[in-house]
Amino acid sequence: MDASNLVFFTLATLLVISSLLVVLLRNVVHCAMALVAALLIISIFYVILQAPMVGVLQVLVYAGAIMVLFLFVIMFLNPAPQQQSGVWLGFSGLLALLLGGVLTTLLTKAERAADPVASTVLFGSPEMLAKSLFGDFVLPFEIASVLLLVAIVGAVVLAKRERRS
Amino acid sequence: MVPLNHYLILSAIVFAIGVLGVLARRNLIVVLMSIELMLNAVNLTFIAFSRFLGSMEGQVAVFFVMAVAAAEAVIGLAIIISVFRHRQSLDPQEMQLLKW
Amino acid sequence: MIVDFAIIAAKAFLVLFMVLNLAGILGWIERKGSALIQDRIGANRASIFGFAGLGLVNTLIADPLKFLTKEDFIPPAGDKFLHTLAPCMALFTALVAFAVIPFGDVINIGGHAINLQVANLNVGILYVFAMGSLGVYGIVIGAWASNNKFSLLGGVRGSAQMISYEIAMGLSVMGILMVYGTLELQEIARGQGTLIRDLLPQSLGFLQPVIGWLPAWGIFLQPLAFLLFFTAAVAETKRIPFDLPEGESELVAGYHVEYSGGKFLMFFAGEFAEIVTAAGLVTTLFFGGWQVPYLLRDGFHFPWGSQWLLPHLAVVGLQVGAFTVKVLFFCWLQILLRWSVPRFRYDQVMRLGWKMMLPLALVNVMITAFVILAAQ
Repeated sequence: MDASNLVFFTLATLLVISSLLVVLLRNVVHCAMALVAALLIISIFYVILQAPMVGVLQVLVYAGAIMVLFLFVIMFLNPAPQQQSGVWLGFSGLLALLLGGVLTTLLTKAERAADPVASTVLFGSPEMLAKSLFGDFVLPFEIASVLLLVAIVGAVVLAKRERRS
Repeated sequence: MVPLNHYLILSAIVFAIGVLGVLARRNLIVVLMSIELMLNAVNLTFIAFSRFLGSMEGQVAVFFVMAVAAAEAVIGLAIIISVFRHRQSLDPQEMQLLKW
Repeated sequence: MIVDFAIIAAKAFLVLFMVLNLAGILGWIERKGSALIQDRIGANRASIFGFAGLGLVNTLIADPLKFLTKEDFIPPAGDKFLHTLAPCMALFTALVAFAVIPFGDVINIGGHAINLQVANLNVGILYVFAMGSLGVYGIVIGAWASNNKFSLLGGVRGSAQMISYEIAMGLSVMGILMVYGTLELQEIARGQGTLIRDLLPQSLGFLQPVIGWLPAWGIFLQPLAFLLFFTAAVAETKRIPFDLPEGESELVAGYHVEYSGGKFLMFFAGEFAEIVTAAGLVTTLFFGGWQVPYLLRDGFHFPWGSQWLLPHLAVVGLQVGAFTVKVLFFCWLQILLRWSVPRFRYDQVMRLGWKMMLPLALVNVMITAFVILAAQ
């Protein structure tokens, strides 16, 4: 068990524990904080997998903005903690186990080379990501920006309080 | 170097936990958070493959998934807010008007 | 291998030590400086054997001791875990953001080339912004866990203000990124070593005797970006004039009203650490970082031709000293700002961030783009 394996298994255990906490905790704010922890651990995985730009973007966008939005909505709505039905939990747990098993089998049975392709120093850096984004993928990039604009307008329209006139 | 299968098994586990959250929780916000968890598991798979195949396309895919997930979270939360205004509840079991 | 690890650990401890100490000293400068501005004496009562050290004993020894020995109070209906987690998040993100700020050039000691920067990430400045967005959690969670309406109000205001000004900060830095062509802070600091006359295009050659002798610092190339960035950084740290989230006279200390003792000290120290980080960023991006004008690796090379060669360690010492002086200047400027201007109203803060700074930052990016294209 060398250093990289040790780091991987520690982080993987922490990730699985945080995900379970997201799904099983009573208090919604605690669930949100567990999800922030899970997102941060995934971001560490991205940096390990030589995707530092995507890792930092994950912290900036996902953990730093989307989850803050979640927290705002939770505080705004202030829901009361609800009772969990045991039957539902057991049934879904079984389904989830089944799904996990199917996915694991499907993903790992393909024949592929064991070692990663040797990568350059620039792999995953901002330059390479920008080259791909503005080179091969410029159309999806523009569509994504329009999509975000639509999302902003839609959210404002949906969440506005109706005027009593 | 950690083999690719380890990463794939990890994301399968996180994805399954997300599915558990969507099916089992009776709070719309936690359901939305579980969906985000599933999206992140998929992102991890993309990045792992991108590293092991040496192609930047996986990271570009993750970039777009993040943008779309942001948009979807925003709209989902707006919908939850307007639903809460009507029903004063966040329990998906209580929103059965459209059931047959 | 072990030497590399030891070098990195030494750099990390050094930076952490310096930032925390500077945070403490800034507390003292704030108290004494505000006393000078307001024509009073300030804290001078605590003394050891009659030595009061101009209030240093009071601020640096008596106050921390007082904070640390106070009762740790968690509101009964508040969330215990989150109440303790919030100041930790605020302090942690404020401290680690300093990891990418270079405080000197590469130093050669005993055959090792040590880059005087804790972590030379290739995403450089984005890391600082990421830590800034994590800092919002300290506020939001702290406000929520206190189970107090004033706290919640202050926390929501604070977090909305922080996320609004993150956008203005990021966009104002875009001009600098375009000019120096890199995200890495050490490269940006190095790029400010050239003189403007090396960057001027042929068409603007007539400007050479006027500004060509200036070093290519960010403040000369992007003055508007400096103003926007400095304002946004002050707003991010929630200092006056943007401190309505903790408005002492209006919101009963806002989101940290229910915190006492060690946790309040963490929030307090986190705020001063953010001042240091903001000053560090402003120096690195706009004022040359560790660059001394005309000082190259082997000595001074003045534009009028004369030289003054210096040994390597003297050069490095001068550069680290220059960085320290610049950071101290910007910390002092932020403290001076606090005690000189009144506080913005909350809707004025939001209007400034979204309707004035965001369009100005975009205009800055467009002008920079035109100038860069025209110069080629």
